[in-house]
Amino acid sequence: MIEFQRVHKTYPVNGRDISALQPTDLHIARGEVFGLIGHSGAGKSTLLRLINRLEEPSGGRIIVDGIDVTALNPEGLRQFRQQAGMIFQHFNLLAAKTVAANIALPLKLAGKLSASQIAARVEALLARVGLTEHANKYPAQLSGGQKQRVGIARALATEPKILLCDEATSALDPQTTASVLQLLAEINRELNLTIVLITHEMDVIRRVCDRVAVMDGGVIVEQGPVAQVFLHPQHPTTRNFVLESEQVDEDGQRDDFAHVAGRILRLTFQGEATYAPLLGSVARQTGVDYSILAGRIDRIKDTPYGQLTLALTGGDVEAALACFVAADVHLEVLR
Amino acid sequence: MEALLASLLHPLLPNVDWTEIGYASLDTLSMLGGSLLFTLLLGLPLGVLLFLSGPRQLFAQPALYGLLSLLANVLRSVPFVILLILMIPLTVLLTGTSLGVAGAIPPLVVGATPFFARLVETALREVDRGIIEATQAMGASTWQIITRALLPEALPGILAAITVTAITLVSYTAMSGLIGGGGLGDLAVRYGYQRYQPDVMAVTVVLLLVLVQILQNTGDKLVVHFSRK
Repeated sequence: MIEFQRVHKTYPVNGRDISALQPTDLHIARGEVFGLIGHSGAGKSTLLRLINRLEEPSGGRIIVDGIDVTALNPEGLRQFRQQAGMIFQHFNLLAAKTVAANIALPLKLAGKLSASQIAARVEALLARVGLTEHANKYPAQLSGGQKQRVGIARALATEPKILLCDEATSALDPQTTASVLQLLAEINRELNLTIVLITHEMDVIRRVCDRVAVMDGGVIVEQGPVAQVFLHPQHPTTRNFVLESEQVDEDGQRDDFAHVAGRILRLTFQGEATYAPLLGSVARQTGVDYSILAGRIDRIKDTPYGQLTLALTGGDVEAALACFVAADVHLEVLR
Repeated sequence: MEALLASLLHPLLPNVDWTEIGYASLDTLSMLGGSLLFTLLLGLPLGVLLFLSGPRQLFAQPALYGLLSLLANVLRSVPFVILLILMIPLTVLLTGTSLGVAGAIPPLVVGATPFFARLVETALREVDRGIIEATQAMGASTWQIITRALLPEALPGILAAITVTAITLVSYTAMSGLIGGGGLGDLAVRYGYQRYQPDVMAVTVVLLLVLVQILQNTGDKLVVHFSRK
């Protein structure tokens, strides 16, 4: 659906070119929710804005749904942008227009529908985002979460094929974030809309994304399905994001574990295996004793997962390890 | 009623000719109305152009911005009294006369337009850049961005700019008496100052004050009415 071929971006700063995005290849599939995570200045915002050419690429090609976006003339770009919705961290609603008028704006700009068709579309969009009773309010009268719902309705007005989300939940409290993310997941499912979102919170990625790319210094340092990247991070930047989101102090943990006897291992369960009574049965079979040092059981999008750090003592430890491997559990021996 | 009022006021304001005051008030209002109309017609596009061509804006054009900016600054730095005299040949060319209401309007417009354009530029800069970006992302043309997003969003600021400009124009009209522009200011200078008739001076000052109050209050009400923040 979205394809980057050797796309790069440099900015002139005080006469010198500063690279915001190194030559990058990227493929985003139709209907997926693709997350880009990175700290500020990592280049994720630039990458997102290159897709609808709010930023002009310095080189390379960007192909969206078969259209070479980089080759479009101004009129073609306008047509293309009407097929690519966008929502923003600070919502960017027009303060002088009502909720309904904000949602109608992209339709009026496109000029393809009659006034009555626009009114009907706006009504349907208001219902979808649950703001029907706020149609005639002004943005200043709404809460942050409601403003972002207006932003989403406005972005969906022209029935786009892709939705670009620029830190869409970063200005919201955790509860509102959850409900906005749920709405995004819903639209993705029901409209088969391709969503690209950027964030600096791993939790946002974990809740809605199918795949994720981790950015650092204008480079994608790691990408893959969320479960793989989240549970088995390879790059230091990715590890930091995961640790941050789990609020784990890795160094402190290592010191604590130094006093624990036996083999220390980390087990990662995914899907149904998360709920299987594995530990008890392995302990009975092999005579090992286990103590749980750290653990987390949660979901990545719709998939349950668990990650436990265990210390094994006594009995046949090697046999226990073999049992875990046989049960399709990902095993890392830490000590 | 009028006669009664006149007879009551006569001992207090012996030199005031109410008919003349009436004509002078009408002159002031027509100078204000005429010059404000042309100032808005010229100043609004100029302000939009100043904004768009400015640094890091939609159509950043350093050369054009530099030129417009210089022109606006030069015109604003010429004292209005001097501008009145400098403008006489051009005024005659435009209106056929350098006298009266018609002769006063061109210098008033030239004096107020750069001032108003700068205020419009400032009001447009107050619009959140994110709103321009969002409108661009919707596929709006530049014309649509200006008319559908920028100007409506800046409306309260532009209304405040119109108010300030109108009040500035009222004080400019008083100076146009120098070139025979007519109006209340002219009356104040000719009767109040040159003929030592302080009562005429007082009446014109009170009338100008009332006019400015009305303009300011109306402007403020409109700004509040169109502010949604």
